[in-house]
Amino acid sequence: MSKTVLTVDDSRTMRDMLMLALSNAGYRVVQAEDGMHGLEVLKDARPDVIITDINMPRMDGFGFIEGVRGDGLHRAVPILVLTTESDAAKKDRARRAGATGWIVKPFDPVKLVEAIRRVAA
Amino acid sequence: MDAMVAIKQTFFQECEEQLGELEIGLLVLQDGDTDPETVNAVFRAVHSIKGGAGAFNLDELVHFAHVFENVLDHLRAGRLAASGDVLKTMLRAADMLADLVRAARDGGGTDAARRDMLAAELRALDPEAAGLESGGSHRDSSEDNSEGPVFEAVPISFDDMEIEPAPGEHHFCIRFTPKPDLYAKANETALLMRELGRLGEAVITCDFSRLPVLDEIDPEGSYLSWTIELRTVQDETAVRSVFEFVEWDCELDVVPGDAVQRVDEGAVESLIEKMQATIEAELASQKVPPTAIQAPRDELSAPTAGSAGQASSNPPGGKPDTGKSSQATIRVDLDRVDRLINLVGELVINQAMLTQMMLEAGLARASGVANGLDELEQLTREIQDSVMAIRAQPVKSVFQRIPRLVREVAAMTGKTVRLTTAGENTEVDKTVIERLADPLTHMIRNAIDHGLETPERRAAAGKPEEGLVHLSALHRSGRIVIEVADDGAGIDRPRVKAIAVAKGLITADAPLSDEEIDNLIFLPGFSTASAVSDISGRGVGMDVVRRSILALGGRISIRSKPRQGSTFTMSLPLTLAVLDGMVVTVAGETLVVPLTAIIETLQPKHASVHGFGGNTRVIAIRDQFIPLIDVGHELDYRAGFADPCKSVALLVESEGHVRSALLVDAILGQRQVVIKSLETNYQHVQGIAAATILGDGRVALILDVDAVVAGSRVAGAGFEQFCAAAG
Repeated sequence: MSKTVLTVDDSRTMRDMLMLALSNAGYRVVQAEDGMHGLEVLKDARPDVIITDINMPRMDGFGFIEGVRGDGLHRAVPILVLTTESDAAKKDRARRAGATGWIVKPFDPVKLVEAIRRVAA
Repeated sequence: MDAMVAIKQTFFQECEEQLGELEIGLLVLQDGDTDPETVNAVFRAVHSIKGGAGAFNLDELVHFAHVFENVLDHLRAGRLAASGDVLKTMLRAADMLADLVRAARDGGGTDAARRDMLAAELRALDPEAAGLESGGSHRDSSEDNSEGPVFEAVPISFDDMEIEPAPGEHHFCIRFTPKPDLYAKANETALLMRELGRLGEAVITCDFSRLPVLDEIDPEGSYLSWTIELRTVQDETAVRSVFEFVEWDCELDVVPGDAVQRVDEGAVESLIEKMQATIEAELASQKVPPTAIQAPRDELSAPTAGSAGQASSNPPGGKPDTGKSSQATIRVDLDRVDRLINLVGELVINQAMLTQMMLEAGLARASGVANGLDELEQLTREIQDSVMAIRAQPVKSVFQRIPRLVREVAAMTGKTVRLTTAGENTEVDKTVIERLADPLTHMIRNAIDHGLETPERRAAAGKPEEGLVHLSALHRSGRIVIEVADDGAGIDRPRVKAIAVAKGLITADAPLSDEEIDNLIFLPGFSTASAVSDISGRGVGMDVVRRSILALGGRISIRSKPRQGSTFTMSLPLTLAVLDGMVVTVAGETLVVPLTAIIETLQPKHASVHGFGGNTRVIAIRDQFIPLIDVGHELDYRAGFADPCKSVALLVESEGHVRSALLVDAILGQRQVVIKSLETNYQHVQGIAAATILGDGRVALILDVDAVVAGSRVAGAGFEQFCAAAG
């Protein structure tokens, strides 16, 4: 059975691009539009990996990561954050919030799948 | 369609939304709002555009967005105050960004000089760059750069650290001790080992020596460490990149060395010290001379072989692959929705046919079939409403373009204008929205160019120098009503009348009411601008606006008060696909009159109908004289006139709040009908808006009430005189 990836991003473009890359790589994809929405769908989606953006309305990526790590059922789900090249501080903050790893935007589909493989069995 | 092409389309759509958000946010900030979320939303809009543009290699767009984003970042961090001038520059930058997005989408270039000038203006706002602006070397600060150390890569060559490397193959000894945090962040040792295994041949040894007895084990703790000997064609960077995500949460040594030898801990320590010393020396000199570090070769025992990828003590938790997808929205091709709407239209017709057949078959209204049909009708209507709702969109998408337009026109005319909007979320059919943009644009231009006075004249009239334009949308009796109001001088009636006379549109002695004079501006060939201005006078007059509104099945009217301003009101159908109509017969033909036009129906009494001169007749309804229009005669269904007392009069209101009474032979009933275009299937017919198919399968024409009324007014001039005489 294919693995499920939950993508959390307020940009439809980014969601579509992740969807394309991930479904081509054989993953099942569930989408959420911001952190709050991400936490809402978590239970139904039961993701194997989560990919999240940082700057989003309602609830940002940091809040979302903390939410997942504080959830008894999903605390062990690997979370990859989407960041831009220059965001050393943001990467660091995401890491401290409990992010498992990161993907640099604009992402290369091959690297994306590699990053997932690195954190998900 | 290629998936990436589709995503690119989505990107551009999203850009439009982001540009709208950006503009609204900046305008709200301009009004003095200081909500951090507003600033953040503005930042996010530009950041998203930059992000997507990067994915599609739209470099020009990325660069400008980047400069813009930097300044917004300062605004967000409070290093830059949101003053009026700053926001004005940002609004112009937002316009530039919009132009760049459109250029990227539609091809074609943008004004490079304007772009560079705005980019320079934006950079000038940068409080940090202000002192050291040297062009180009601005700091790369996209997000959260206000705190935290700046990491810079120090290039160090490890080439000379290798010991006797086999040709093309490297040997590494890796020692890896995870900290509890590594597991808390859902990283897994087994996966890291597996990744190492992919790089080449790995011999993995797990050290259990620190594992306590069961009672003392902390489930969140970390007790194991690993030694990996790796033979790979990859370099050290590739090896280290496996640990990229965990380097803070573990102790990691990657030592290039002989594969058959193990490095003991003390040796590693000394090696690290040497490496650190080397690195510090490099940092001090910022130069990378060749370094030679000998890895210890002696005192090493034989390796204990372990199998790759099976050394983890941290299996993944149970995470079944089941569960439902939880998307809040889906994207559907418009063609599919239109096809659905067409099918529902056919369903409506079919359902009407069934009802008709049932009646013809003589089945009682109370029969089970009739009840079933009633339910079917109800359901059909609900399906239709739901399907139409899919196509409905907020008018926001059109309203969003207006602030920019207002700024441009204001700049061109030298007027100061303040735009207020209301009802942006009012929903209407997508087609209506698309066709609304042009007339609305023209009305706004008109309101600023002709409606508002210059600041000097406003000041002289005791008004604030800043002129007001208010744009609003609301739903009213099954239609959408859009108003453009200005607080300008109002229609200059003597001048309008003089121009109309000069252009031969009316006679000099035509006794016109104020309202009728105002409506003269909708006549073809009328233009009040004394000098044809660049803005409104593009050969497009209000008559074109009126025609395009009419083509949408809408109406437009004007109310104006001298010195207080004018209000243009457009009323449009919510959809162009279905219509609630009254089915009537006229001279043996079946016609449908749009229900929205009808105010009431009545049976004319002999005493209330008055003729005066020629064929003009009026009907007195509650002390008002309303012109009586014989539809059969107007449409040339018959040469003579129907007897009003044997007919039914439909009191209708057409554009400009003009009331008329349409004379028809009989009313058959009310029905929802599916609109079929006559233009597409046949050709335009004067007085007819469209056609439909009735329950019995026959085609019926849908009356264009405004056109019929307008036609009869031309023919029956003199009514105005009558009204004037009657008082």
